[in-house]
Parts: sequence; structure tokens; C-alpha cells
Amino acid sequence: MSVKVSLTVNGKPVTVDVEPRTLLVDFIRAQLRLTGTHVGCDTAQCGACTIHVNGSAVKSCNMLVLQAQGADIVTIEGIASVDGRLHPMQEAFRDHHGLQCGFCTPGMVMSAIDLAKRHSSLTEATIRAELDGNICRCTGYHNIVKAVQAGAQAMGS
Amino acid sequence: MYQFNYHKASSVADAVALLARNSDAKLLAGGQTLIAAMKLRLAAPPALVDLGAIAELRGIKADGGTLSIGAMTSHAEVATSKEVMRSIPALAALAASIGDRMVRNMGTIGGSVANNDPAADYPAGVLGLGATVSTNKRKIAGDQFFKAMYETALEPGEIITSIGFPVPKRAGYAKFKNPASRYAIVGVFVSESGTGVRVAVTGAGPSAFRVPEMEKALAAKFSPDSVGDIKIAAAGLNSDIHASSEYRAHLVTIMAKRAVQAALGK
Repeated sequence: MSVKVSLTVNGKPVTVDVEPRTLLVDFIRAQLRLTGTHVGCDTAQCGACTIHVNGSAVKSCNMLVLQAQGADIVTIEGIASVDGRLHPMQEAFRDHHGLQCGFCTPGMVMSAIDLAKRHSSLTEATIRAELDGNICRCTGYHNIVKAVQAGAQAMGS
Repeated sequence: MYQFNYHKASSVADAVALLARNSDAKLLAGGQTLIAAMKLRLAAPPALVDLGAIAELRGIKADGGTLSIGAMTSHAEVATSKEVMRSIPALAALAASIGDRMVRNMGTIGGSVANNDPAADYPAGVLGLGATVSTNKRKIAGDQFFKAMYETALEPGEIITSIGFPVPKRAGYAKFKNPASRYAIVGVFVSESGTGVRVAVTGAGPSAFRVPEMEKALAAKFSPDSVGDIKIAAAGLNSDIHASSEYRAHLVTIMAKRAVQAALGK
């Protein structure tokens, strides 16, 4: 069985035939070749595959592409400006050295943007609590928290 | 994941018809348990009926002392709903404690209740508030709904449409969570209302259960001290690498005290 799926990815309409069992993350990486979205654990725990579906952060390894039928999807490739200027949250991760190996970073940035949009002011405790679905094995989170705080401020200004 | 046929239902009636035509099909709600189980090949349904596009299954309504939550309402929606926070803040707190933000954006109350995972949070809320589960066929009292591990009163072809929570005078939820999965190793939901006190436990046994002795003690005096000396038997409780049955029995008392404290706003 193959099913037609239409959705918008980073502003561009996409229509393709997929097997129903295709995971959203596999569709994004293998079919669209957008490999910035990572697969870390493949069991919905690490958050490296986090993307936005209709404005909300979700784990794309734990949903079918067919569940995103008609949805507006944004991946890490879709957040910088068209002129190549980084998103304020990406800039903040760079400024504050909020990464080491970088594997978790796309998911961290997508989660951080989602949480910055939902909170008008972010305390360190809120950031740590809200990032519990994103796991980093390098940094100890210290600089990630600083980056999210700065990035959220830059997004608000 | 094995191959399967996929059907997207446009309404509850359509979903019922699709289930009738595909008797071995499984319903797909948010998929935060089912998709994971299918990836691990723990589940391999030949067909899925996706409820995700059914608008009538979503939303939160307050109606004459009852809070009605549509089956496909996400945990994130319940956790952040002004209506839930105003009328049953403990239920909003319970929803906010499920998984992580991304899981809460997809996972649904109906999916969680229908799955009846022994360590899921919502069964404690449904039992602890004396909620009623509405389906396309009937209304089922929370006390009659949860039958055994992963087993409920739902019949083949029956779909949860909404869950009605009577608004209590006060309620609280406390859980000792697994730090990796955030499932409840033990979670206790306590409520006090005109019809009495309810104490419901999840995570400890094969399915959520009430503790009548604690309910009686709290009805006499609604204070953490009332349950502090009440121990429940370890026999029959879950035991795994995370916690022995004896430890879970111990945690029931501790979480019950904390739930009462939470209900009192302390």
C-alpha cells in the first residue's frame, strides 16, 4: 500500500507517495535529504529529531509522516533567514558555545525556539525543566541553558 | 516496523465503519506509545485507523460542575488549559508531568486511558476523580473501566469520545517518576468532593487501584498525617529493575502524603 501525502516543509509544498510505515524523520532525512534533523535514540527519548509541526515541537522519530498530512513543518534548515543569517537562537548557541559534538544541537535549538515562544520570561529552572526531552551527552547543559536564555531574549527583542 | 494499511477517519462514525471493515485494525491516537511499540515490533497491527483528523474528539468544555475533555485532546492542551487550571489544577499538573514537552504535544488523554499502561498517569486521575469515560456506545464509570494490565472495559469497535471529570473541592497528584521515561514508578491522585474522598494509585500494581483505608482516614481528617501510618501490602504489586514491590508499597504512602499536601496547597 502506498499513500499520497501532501505537506509544507520549510515553506515549500511537498507531495509524495509513501509507505504508511514511513516515519516522519525518515521522510525528512531520506526523501527530502534534509539531514539536519538527527536520529539519536530512535525511541523518542533523546530529542535530536525534534522539529515543529504546525508550530509545536514534536519528536519526528515517533510519528508517521501520514500523521502530518497537510501540516506545516519546520526543520532546523528552515529557521535561518533567506539571506543566510542565523536564527537568534542559533546565534546564541554559537555565542555561548552551547554545544560540543553538535549531534543534539538541531533538536535543542528547535525545542528552545518552541519554549521561548511559549514563555515571556525564562528562568534557569524553567529552561532546565522544559528541556528534559532533549539529551546532550557532552556539555553538562550549562552553556546550553545560557544560550537558550540569551536566544530567547534576542527573539523577544 | 512491519507494513500495515492506513486509514484516516474523518469522523467518529467513519472510524467505527473503518473498524467494522478491518476487524484487526488498531486505533491510532497520538501514537506516542503505539508507534514506539510498532517500531520495536512489540505490536504489528495489519491496519491503523488514524483518529487525528476528527475535530469532534478535541477540546475542553466545562459544563455544570463537570469538565469534559475530548479523547484526542493532547496532554499539552490539558496541561496549559486555563479552564483545567481553574477548575481542577491537579489534573493540569498531572498532564504536565507526562513524558516531555514534545511527547505531550502529540500524546492524547484518550490514547493513554485506552492503553491503560500500568505506569501511566491518567488512570490515577480518572479513578481518583471518579471520572466517566464516554464512548461511541455508552458511558463507563471510571471504577468499572480499568480491568487489568493494558486491559479496559472497552469492547471491539468501541471508541472513547470524551472523559468527564467531576470538579472536586480539592485534589492533588504526586508521583515518583522514572527519571528516564517519566512514567510513574508510583503516582497517587487524591481528591475530596461532595461525594467523599478518593485515593487512586498508578504505577504500583498491574492496573490503577483505589485505597479504601486511606480514603476513610482522609474523610475523617483531610491531612497528610491521616495517611502517614497506612501501609499497603507489597504482595501483588509490580517489581522490576526500577523498584521492588516492597519499595513501591512504601512509596504509595509517601506519595499519598505528598498528594494530600498538594491538594491543600502546601
